[in-house]
Amino acid sequence: MTDSSGAADGWFADADLDLDDPESAATAVRSGSANAPADWPTIALESGVVDDEAAYYDALKAATTAATRVAVTEREAADDRQLVHAVRAMDDCTRTANELAERLAEWGGTVDADAATGVEYARDLATRKEPPAGQERLASLAERVADLADEADDLREYVERRTPTVAPNLAALAGPVLAARLLSLAGGLESLAKKPSGTVQVLGAEDALFAHLRGHAPSPKHGIIFTHDAVRGTHPDERGSAARALAGKLAIAARVDHYSGEPKPELEAELEERIETIQARTDGDADPDGDDDGDGGEADA
Amino acid sequence: MRDDLPDGVERREIDGAERLATRGDPVYGEPTDEGWRAWNPARSKLGAMLALGMDTGLEGGETVLYLGAASGTTVSHVADFAGPTYAVEFAARPARDLLEAADSRPRLFPLLKDARKPETYAHVVESGVDALIQDVATRGQAGVALENARFLADDGRLLLAVKARSEDVTRDPEDVFDDVRAELEDEYEVLESRSLETYHADHLGIVARPL
Repeated sequence: MTDSSGAADGWFADADLDLDDPESAATAVRSGSANAPADWPTIALESGVVDDEAAYYDALKAATTAATRVAVTEREAADDRQLVHAVRAMDDCTRTANELAERLAEWGGTVDADAATGVEYARDLATRKEPPAGQERLASLAERVADLADEADDLREYVERRTPTVAPNLAALAGPVLAARLLSLAGGLESLAKKPSGTVQVLGAEDALFAHLRGHAPSPKHGIIFTHDAVRGTHPDERGSAARALAGKLAIAARVDHYSGEPKPELEAELEERIETIQARTDGDADPDGDDDGDGGEADA
Repeated sequence: MRDDLPDGVERREIDGAERLATRGDPVYGEPTDEGWRAWNPARSKLGAMLALGMDTGLEGGETVLYLGAASGTTVSHVADFAGPTYAVEFAARPARDLLEAADSRPRLFPLLKDARKPETYAHVVESGVDALIQDVATRGQAGVALENARFLADDGRLLLAVKARSEDVTRDPEDVFDDVRAELEDEYEVLESRSLETYHADHLGIVARPL
């Protein structure tokens, strides 16, 4: 079956392959590879895999359709849900590690003259060999805290690796971790894509938002997107503008990622330009003689 | 306007306007008339190249490798007039629509693969295809065309739509196009290149043949 040269590389070449079974043919299409293409229809014909060209193309149609359908379902169904869970688990691990580290520091201070604080102290304790008699429990707790902190780091790495494939534009604009947090707060890529940019702007500031809606607080200028440099790096007077500009671009990025999936590098450039303009309004204040560029006047509310 | 359209592509009056059209099941809500579906050049780079009268060398019935098939808007028209058509798309979301477009077209083969890694589909796509059509919105578009030259027949054609903003949003599109043309010359002779501005901002259409 694999006499002719190069034939061994063809998707149909595996002797165990049953062309009438779309599932095994689909696997061959998905996982196979070859350094160079060849005249596969002719090779398949000559090696007797199929009787004529039409039969070859019919089999190819069934195999590629099945392969693509499975691959699409796998990539689509899993990814954004996986990310949402991963980023929530990451936050839980970090928070719990910090809480336990506090407890550990309090306990450690009673027996250890060099006791420090935080996860660093836990890591330090955990690496010490042979805890002094009577401190086994303390050492064991330190180990758990260090492990938990390691898990949080691994989860962050996983999130950083996966987000760009799930939501390439959102990840490019927001950074992978913030992008995953936005997905988590919205409950997935589809629901984030369907949110107006004003909602994206205050995702994560729900308490403040509802306090405002009840009438006893100003409206929040930003939610979780506060962690983005475009907001944090802007003078407090203009943060509302910056947050609104950023949220607008993030909302567009989420929609592109959900509905098309194509990269749109112009979003990044547009955002940068917009933020520069906004930040330029307050640059003047640092310079007593500087004059306002006067393009602003937008209310942030 | 010259009429050297491929067999299976016609200018027909649909909905009161003369439009390019192919025969097949509608895919994206385009207007139809007696089995012919309008091919909107504003939504398709290849459609724009044909509408602008570029000499694509397409005659109808050829074997095609299409890179960047997206939802199948253009590749469905290609499959209507061409022979076996391999449609490569990297993103899962549009590939779902591509599957639907491919359903009613027995010689349109959808592949969820990365066009920058031809070895991942060289075991499926045959060698010696008559036309390599490329419309990928990624950095390194010339590189993708070079990598995939291995599939093209000696007398085949590369039909390439270059999106300037995918390479570098800040540079002048003309400079980007110059670079792409220069890079292509490693493996191709550029026969014709023309701005698709009428239908697509900052896009260049290129027809080339392998050296």
